[in-house]
Amino acid sequence: MSPPDRKEAEVRRMLDGPHPLVPPDLALRAAVRGRRLLARRRALSRAGWLLLFLAALALTVWAATQQPWTPPPTHTTPPLEGW
Amino acid sequence: MRERQSARECRRAREFEAFVAGAAGRLLHTATLLTGEPPGAPAPVAEELLTVALSRTYAYWDRLRGEDPYDRTRQELAAEFTRTARRHRRPRGGLLDRLPPQERLVLVLRLYEGVAEEQTAALLGLPAERVHALCLRAIAEMRSIRRSTAPPAASPGAGAVAP
Repeated sequence: MSPPDRKEAEVRRMLDGPHPLVPPDLALRAAVRGRRLLARRRALSRAGWLLLFLAALALTVWAATQQPWTPPPTHTTPPLEGW
Repeated sequence: MRERQSARECRRAREFEAFVAGAAGRLLHTATLLTGEPPGAPAPVAEELLTVALSRTYAYWDRLRGEDPYDRTRQELAAEFTRTARRHRRPRGGLLDRLPPQERLVLVLRLYEGVAEEQTAALLGLPAERVHALCLRAIAEMRSIRRSTAPPAASPGAGAVAP
């Protein structure tokens, strides 16, 4: 065994001391908190999708009414030529 | 749809409870080492840290896809400890409380949890050489603390070190 291994083993033994007592309701508390986290995450993603849908809807309505692809009406008369 | 969702929630709760029953003892010891609270006594800070990590594992449970929930929780524990490291600088009377939080984390992950050096480096976002150096320094500090606190007669390992 090389010296670093021996040192590691020594510290490992120190770390492996008496274990603390696990409170009986730890799993329950963590599960309740996890459920709340999940619900919050779901609500957030639902709100994001809703926002995206509304934005798409607004764009469609705007495009249908304004028709931005049609050329704007000309305000100048074309030059008069050939007479 | 709603019925299927509630059935899934039931199953998740059951699996999670079984996982915590098996792993909580070891994980709480890890958390106690990290927070530097004395062993063998109630450790409220470590419990809070572990509860946060476990709740994130719970929220991630359906997307684990074969990943070990223990590894996941350890990862969350390390992330949460790193995020709140400033709060753990103050000594609390535990075994590792003289080490800075980052050294403590590396030492616990490497030696107590047995995570490989490369994996520890990836977990903490550090280069592997840095992890190696931190671990060596932490080991040296722990051994010097032990030598200064324990009387020579109480540690049989000390005899082997002396020439």
